[in-house]
Amino acid sequence: MDLIRYHAPDLAPWSALDRWSNLRDELNSFFEMPFWSSLGRASQLFTGWSPALDLYESGDNLIAVIELPGMRKEDIDISLHDGTLTISGERRRESTGGEKAQRTERYVGTFRRSIALPTRVDAGKVSASYQDGILEVALPKAEEAKPKQIKVR
Amino acid sequence: MNTLTRETRETDRAQTEQFVTPPAGVTETADGYMIEIEMPGVKKDGLEISFENNELTIIGRRSLSAVEGTLVHRESRPENFRRTFELDPSIDADKISAKIEQGLVTLTLPKAEHVKPRKITVS
Repeated sequence: MDLIRYHAPDLAPWSALDRWSNLRDELNSFFEMPFWSSLGRASQLFTGWSPALDLYESGDNLIAVIELPGMRKEDIDISLHDGTLTISGERRRESTGGEKAQRTERYVGTFRRSIALPTRVDAGKVSASYQDGILEVALPKAEEAKPKQIKVR
Repeated sequence: MNTLTRETRETDRAQTEQFVTPPAGVTETADGYMIEIEMPGVKKDGLEISFENNELTIIGRRSLSAVEGTLVHRESRPENFRRTFELDPSIDADKISAKIEQGLVTLTLPKAEHVKPRKITVS
């Protein structure tokens, strides 16, 4: 018995041209079509959870900002390998039993998100903070990737 | 008595501000319901919860700290969050409580006393 009438979240029109985000939205809306809707939020079985990631670049640093709402700090892993930054972890369902889920749009389980960094970074100096559900990873550039001023003698 | 929330979509109301609809989870517990909504980047003072005409509206305004440098890759959306639920009459609206922790809003909606199951003693 359905206790709640489900409406697909309506996504506000978004002007920025990010084709991966668009593709993700298209996939999601595909799985929300009537045929699939009988399978519930089956889309997440296929697409998993791909947290939104923004990357900033300044003269000396790369900064990755990842939206990870409702996590515990201990459950987030950050690794750097071969110029690829990988954020992985697990979001646990906090349950005391005797509850009945009426609507589950939130992804629970493990996730993994990688991005190839545009420049070389100093792996030993990477730092991260997690606040308000946002993970910020600061990656200082490797010496050879920093912009240099060359003086003319 | 079973319907907690019917989600309302205000298509008739003119919208000036753009919002995104964040993912939410609704759980029924013995005493009521629990709603969890993902609002990364929203702090306690950016949260606006209102209850009107049996509709519970949760708006989350982000207070994102400016990041040094230029944006080279973007997946996040700049809009604020909004989600609206129509509440079941069994919910005691005066006792709704909310908290936000690491961008996750948790609303606790207790059922009114008169709808809770009770035992009647035969005298």
